[in-house]
Amino acid sequence: MSELLTLSAVETHIGRYHILHGVDLAVPEGATTMLLGRNGAGKTTALRTIMGLWRASAGEIRFGGSRIEARPTPDIARAGIGYVPETMAVFSDLTVKENLVLAAREGAMDESRLGWIFGFFPPLKTFWLSRAGTLSGGQKQMLSFARAIIEPRRLLLIDEPTKGLAPAIIGALIDCLAEVKRRGATILLVEQNFRVAQEIGDSVSVMDDGRIVHTSAMAELARDGALQHRLLGLSLGAHQ
Amino acid sequence: MSVDTGIEPGAALPKARGDYLPLLLPVALALAALPFVPVSTWFTLTVAGLAMGMMIFVMASGLTLIFGLMDVLNFGHGAFIAIGAYVATLVLLPLGGWMQADSIWLNLAALLSAIVAAMAVTAVIGLAFERILIVPVYGQHLKQILITMGGMIVAEQLLYALFGPQQIPLALPTSLRGSFLIGDAAIEKYRVVAVLVGLVVFVTMLLILNRTKIGLLIRAGVENGEMVEALGYRIRRLFVGVFMAGSALAGLGGVMWGLYREQVNASMGGELLVLVFIVVIIGGLGSVTGCFIGALLVALLQNYIGFLVPKLSLISDILLMVAVLLWRPRGLYPVTSR
Amino acid sequence: MIMPLSGDPPRSRCLSIALVIIVLVLALAPFLFGGAKPLNVTAKICIFIALAASYDLLLGYTGVVSFAHTMFYGIGSYGIAIAMYGLGPRWGAAAVGLTVALPLAAALALVIGLFSLRVQTIFFAMITLAVASAFAVLASQLSWLTGGEDGRSFSVPEVLRPGFRVDVLGLNITGRMLTYYLVFACCAALFLLLLRIVNSPFGRVLQAIRENPFRAEALGFRTVIHRILANCIAAAAAAAAGALNALWLRYTGPDTSLSFSIMLDILLIVVIGGMGTMYGAIVGATLYVLAQNYLQALMGWVSTAAGEAGLPLVPSLFHPDRWLLWLGILFIASVYFFPAGIVGKLRGSR
Repeated sequence: MSELLTLSAVETHIGRYHILHGVDLAVPEGATTMLLGRNGAGKTTALRTIMGLWRASAGEIRFGGSRIEARPTPDIARAGIGYVPETMAVFSDLTVKENLVLAAREGAMDESRLGWIFGFFPPLKTFWLSRAGTLSGGQKQMLSFARAIIEPRRLLLIDEPTKGLAPAIIGALIDCLAEVKRRGATILLVEQNFRVAQEIGDSVSVMDDGRIVHTSAMAELARDGALQHRLLGLSLGAHQ
Repeated sequence: MSVDTGIEPGAALPKARGDYLPLLLPVALALAALPFVPVSTWFTLTVAGLAMGMMIFVMASGLTLIFGLMDVLNFGHGAFIAIGAYVATLVLLPLGGWMQADSIWLNLAALLSAIVAAMAVTAVIGLAFERILIVPVYGQHLKQILITMGGMIVAEQLLYALFGPQQIPLALPTSLRGSFLIGDAAIEKYRVVAVLVGLVVFVTMLLILNRTKIGLLIRAGVENGEMVEALGYRIRRLFVGVFMAGSALAGLGGVMWGLYREQVNASMGGELLVLVFIVVIIGGLGSVTGCFIGALLVALLQNYIGFLVPKLSLISDILLMVAVLLWRPRGLYPVTSR
Repeated sequence: MIMPLSGDPPRSRCLSIALVIIVLVLALAPFLFGGAKPLNVTAKICIFIALAASYDLLLGYTGVVSFAHTMFYGIGSYGIAIAMYGLGPRWGAAAVGLTVALPLAAALALVIGLFSLRVQTIFFAMITLAVASAFAVLASQLSWLTGGEDGRSFSVPEVLRPGFRVDVLGLNITGRMLTYYLVFACCAALFLLLLRIVNSPFGRVLQAIRENPFRAEALGFRTVIHRILANCIAAAAAAAAGALNALWLRYTGPDTSLSFSIMLDILLIVVIGGMGTMYGAIVGATLYVLAQNYLQALMGWVSTAAGEAGLPLVPSLFHPDRWLLWLGILFIASVYFFPAGIVGKLRGSR
């Protein structure tokens, strides 16, 4: 399987803080790659650096073969990357519809694709003309997802989508991701919830202190409780 | 692992959808003044206030939009007001014949060309201003304030150097001079025109902001510019466009104000800037609707107070601002993100 | 040397030498120069040092831009002028003027701060501009109190009058010299007081807030209260400088105390001298007042010469009334290319 996105020796500084200390990461095309790690390990910074929202101070980032680390954020997005930030960042002053109209860069929204999205996230249809600011947290996450997939994207960067959400909504998100992947998208997903990661991940990379400290198939990490404990400081038994 | 019990964080109570209370303020103010003034005078004062308010709104709307989108407060905005007025004066000089003609069409043609020229020139100067002065200090409020204030002073002084310190007369065209009489109340024709122009600008802005993709982008950018970029839009271009449009609106406001006062002076920009700031603060930084209401409130109050207690009108704006800030510390319609 | 400087010495040899020279010249000015003009210039330097230092507390140490500093300066000036004009040329009148003006300035600063510093520093800049311009209009309109556009001329206590003479150790001391030393001593005291304040724990908190308001807030400092307090102190100090200016001029009017161009003078002095350094006020005020007094004459000469040579536009660009044009350009250039100011540069190249 070829790699759609690669980071080699990427360093990122935010102000005077050195956050990423040489990240090497490969995201295989067509697969779902989980990016795990403790709080503050640099996962969100890694995604933001890929999007160009923070600038890499060293190293290179390749997407579909061409280098993107110096390109402006809009160009990176237009190369085919959808982004669901940790904060969801829905435009709360805009309606659900307007949020999606903006996300559909190529012009009019595709009705059948919209119906497909409504299938996963019915509340978006219900609140179609409501201001996004009035939605609940879970509904905002649905909208943020919908924004990223309203047009086909080659790669989705998703930052902790399940944080603080009810199980039913997590289920809908997982179904949606599976379907998006089936349709050919590549996914890079930051996740704290190991059960979710285990369920949808094909491969996994673990970050700590601004570096990738482990890369393997998801199944491999899922089998090895001791390794999980060492890398993530969690044991499944205690966390159920 | 955080598995919730169905109550989601962030599911705060929906914000009151229609916050219509501030919209009623100008109406309430006008009604409150009615018992204190003879009806015909009240009518004249109200139209005068509306006209003045619309002109201030036209000047202020650009400033508030630029602030909302770019987080740039342009202290140089007043310069565009004065420049607009001077450009119009220069254009109308050779068109004196059209202005004096008895044909309303020739009058309007002269005015329209003055307005188009003023807006074009201020838009281009706005572009230069943004490129040269503001780009290096994005995100640095302290420097931004200092630099744009410096730009304001330089522009004002250049106007002095070019055109001299004297008041330059700017006459209204024949067909806009004089007044209508409605009962006992005299309504100056030009004021009615100013109200109409202001309304057109306001409605157009609302339509653009709410009905077009550019408008959606601006509103989204006001809230979260980074996410707009992550969706694939070049927000820099949007910035430049809005800055030029905002400067052009200031230029339009300057033309309107110059015609209203029938004279033009380099210091008008600085004087109006203060009024514009008060209006923008009252309305809530970044809000176009707030700016519209703020402008009407300030202008109506000035006219009523100016008639009732002339001395008090010197500080009526400040008192109004204080009262509004006591009620809503961030202005009538604060923009959510900042 | 360190004690009165509150443990914050100039930290640069060149700067120290320049400061010593400036202070010595200012201290001996009545004996060094003859005639009225040089003494007027040095007195203005003294007053502007105190005024600019008080503004530096805001701009440099607190990181907020105020456009109302001349308003407080004006309150001090008018306080003295109105009191002396109404109550006669007595020391008691001066005391009354000060006891009204200083608390008034601080109270007004408090109110402005309460309204605007809670929200955002940009709000503060806008509101101070609006309030200050309303105040200036008010002062010129309330002519029964302020004398309107003409201002108020008044007499000062006898020992401060130019006609007063006394022999001390064979030196012929005039009332003008006594006034000068009163101004000099008060300005020096104000400066040292402000230097102490910025080097106190309070001053350090201000700087922490300027660097990172969120962090300072997280550490438990009430940023709003600190900013408001700084605003009040700066206002009172500016009012004191204004009072000294009124005493020196024996006159207060809108042009000498409230005009926006004085606000610009202060901004330029602080930026050119070096924001957040206090000593910048001394260097900046000295250079600036000298330039203002002697360069304006040069501009006039250029303007006339260019006019005679028949050049277009140049005469009006260099007309002494266009002083603000060049000031504005200089100001923008300093903020861009010279943000650390003279003191910052000197300290950098120690």
